[in-house]
Amino acid sequence: MTLIIEKETHARNIHKFVIKSPLIARHAKPGQFVVIRAFEKSERIPITICDKDAKNGTITLYIQEVGASTARIAGLKEGENFLDIAGPLGRPAHITKVGKVITIGGGVGSAITYPETKAYKESGNYVISIMGFRSKDHVILEDEMKVVSDEAYITTDDGSYKEKGFVTDKLREIIKRGDKIDEVLVIGPAIMMKVVSDITKEHKIKTIASLNSIMVDGTGMCGACRVEVGGKTKFACVDGPEFDAHQVDFDLLLKRIAMYADEEKESYEKITGKDKDGKE
Amino acid sequence: MAKNKIRIEMPKQSAESRSKNFEEVALGYTEEMALLEAERCLECKDPVCIEGCPVNVQIPSFIKYIKEKKYAEAAAKIKETNSLPSVCGRVCPQEEQCEAKCILSKAGKPVAIGRLERFAGDFALDEKTRTCAVKFKAGKNSVAVVGSGPGGLTCAADLAIKGYDVTIYEALHEAGGVLVYGIPEFRLPKSIVKAEVEYLKSIGVKFQMNVVIGKTMSLHDLFDEGFKAVYLGLGAGLPKFMNLPGENLLSIYSANEYLTRTNLMKAYKFPEYDTPIKKGNKVAVIGGGNVAMDAVRSALRYGANQAMIIYRRSKEELPARKEEIENAEEEGVKFHFLVNPLEFIGDDDGFVKHIKLQKMELGEPDSSGRRKPVPIKGSEFLFDVDVVVVAIGQTANPVLLEVTPEIKTNKWGNIEIFNEYGQTSMKGVFAGGDIVTGEATVIQAMGAGKKSAEGIDLFIKSL
Ligand SMILES: Cc1cc2nc3c(=O)[nH]c(=O)nc-3n(C[C@H](O)[C@H](O)[C@H](O)COP(=O)(O)OP(=O)(O)OC[C@H]3O[C@@H](n4cnc5c(N)ncnc54)[C@H](O)[C@@H]3O)c2cc1C
Ligand code: SF4
Ligand code: FES
Repeated sequence: MTLIIEKETHARNIHKFVIKSPLIARHAKPGQFVVIRAFEKSERIPITICDKDAKNGTITLYIQEVGASTARIAGLKEGENFLDIAGPLGRPAHITKVGKVITIGGGVGSAITYPETKAYKESGNYVISIMGFRSKDHVILEDEMKVVSDEAYITTDDGSYKEKGFVTDKLREIIKRGDKIDEVLVIGPAIMMKVVSDITKEHKIKTIASLNSIMVDGTGMCGACRVEVGGKTKFACVDGPEFDAHQVDFDLLLKRIAMYADEEKESYEKITGKDKDGKE
Repeated sequence: MAKNKIRIEMPKQSAESRSKNFEEVALGYTEEMALLEAERCLECKDPVCIEGCPVNVQIPSFIKYIKEKKYAEAAAKIKETNSLPSVCGRVCPQEEQCEAKCILSKAGKPVAIGRLERFAGDFALDEKTRTCAVKFKAGKNSVAVVGSGPGGLTCAADLAIKGYDVTIYEALHEAGGVLVYGIPEFRLPKSIVKAEVEYLKSIGVKFQMNVVIGKTMSLHDLFDEGFKAVYLGLGAGLPKFMNLPGENLLSIYSANEYLTRTNLMKAYKFPEYDTPIKKGNKVAVIGGGNVAMDAVRSALRYGANQAMIIYRRSKEELPARKEEIENAEEEGVKFHFLVNPLEFIGDDDGFVKHIKLQKMELGEPDSSGRRKPVPIKGSEFLFDVDVVVVAIGQTANPVLLEVTPEIKTNKWGNIEIFNEYGQTSMKGVFAGGDIVTGEATVIQAMGAGKKSAEGIDLFIKSL
């Protein structure tokens, strides 16, 4: 049982949880995730660790309501508990001083780029962050990200806040202005990561993507999270979740994450009584 | 009254009804049946059955208690050497172990030791009839057990009985290892595993769930916390794939994933439980061992029209227990022998649709003594499927070992041990079960856990 110390609903369907978990807080590194089973009948779902406070023994998670399990989690309040939480899982991000870095977050993926953006900055890089959201009321982590970026940009699909357009528009613009970019980190919906990867491949910029595959145990025991990287099968939970984006078969990833679309719809409707409001 | 000479069959759900539900297939002896079967034991002076048991259960003694209707005493007798009788009575391959040695087996009808063990074990599971757990005083020395499979549970129980303060660390949210995530409800009800775990708690063993040693804490952290010794019962948790084209298509599962979704996550109760699974009409399970049988029989219960085994040798070579093969056949599983997959072919959305199979014939015996399957050139054909389960085995899970180079492993990634107690290359660290031997059996893992409990006791006393 893990106590929820703080819960805030930050933007539409995105909830911030600060939970007590001293062991995880002590060992968590940027890029790692936890697996949560919130209730007896819930799935085990992977959630990236956004922040940690080793002294107070807490970790911060951003959870977006996208299916049955996350909808149930969204209903949890301060003082209540997650039934099970295991972590930190996955390989930590390999962050060093390389020069100029762009970190790109899409939607709730921004919560995952945050600790790494911070780590890039702390390692002495010049950091440009781009966060993309659907609209103004989806924006998260704006102030936090500013503090750890040399340049921070926000785009919204509908133009309701800051720049109208996609993260990829901003990325193209920055590349065009002639900066030498040494590394790109991209985390967000698979389709966004694919497009970013295509652009940076063209410009031969090393790019890292954090893959959001479906998981069950998160410890390498089942293979639900298989992805293909450089033509080889990898388990995202133990070999990743971060990989060289230019080697990732994003088309396969896109198909695999949609594997249970029908079943997810069924259980989401069952518990919320409402239609699924399309995924990010 | 004349002594009973007939081996008493155990009642089962009919094949017709059980192939449609996940409830336990074998229903267990009634008291009357147990008494009749127990009568057949000759109470040999030199009971060879005991030698057949990897943990040397005192077989004639516990059967004698059953004869006297002292069921709680029977269970207690078994528990002197085997802390999980209700589990072993169900899943041990008795036909190769104790029952194979029983002198009545010469006439083909050994005493049904497993069924009697199950009867006594289940009697003691019931709270009202539970042998009042001896209260062991936990000493000041503490031991950590990593992994709550049958090996870890046994090691923990034995150490608790010896007076150690034992904590089990488990990566998953439920204790039992393969007993809870692998072996299906219809062979081993999860309530049985839970009750056995409760028994361990009642003798003072502590459980820390959701802790992945190597991630949440390191092995060194455990020693820093004050544990004097550590037992590693990590199991063989890494599923093997065939590395064939198309193997990552949708609806192709490892047996581990298919069974974990089903048993640990209860996908068969979807949407009451949130975890989904692809049910499929034509389900092909690749492999011929116990794991393959568990998967294919699960597929039937999900409602597949055709639940099939794809095996590259012939029926004689099937490695699964005979009893399980018969159960599968009775329930309607179809077996395709002497065929080997070459490739998986999918539809536009990426779901598997066909397997390209190649026909095989049996050649010379290989190193395992089984005749080697040889491909027949030009015999390839397409086979329609909508769900595939790859059940060709597991290897060692590297999560802990790749961050703990002090522990030597062999070329397959299994931990090397240096004596009969499971001593590893790291001081104070012992290991046993599937992580050492590769995939084996519940009782072998338990035997190893017992040996290591002895070794740990000796080690701590020598400090
Ligand atoms: C589907 C299936 C059916 C089977 N049927 C039979 C049968 O009928 N009869 C039989 O005798 N045998 C059977 N077996 C084999 C038997 O289950 C195994 O041999 C036995 O469970 C091995 O026990 P173990 O204690 O070594 O490990 P396991 O049961 O594998 O347990 C290992 C545990 O350790 C945990 N773990 C691993 N790494 C870590 C870590 N770093 N930190 C914390 N925890 C960790 C795992 O999560 C797991 O819970 C079957 C196996 C399978 C998969
Ligand atoms: S533990 Fe297994 S091998 Fe030993 S007596 Fe019981 S059933 Fe037979
Ligand atoms: S989630 Fe099971 S192996 Fe990665």
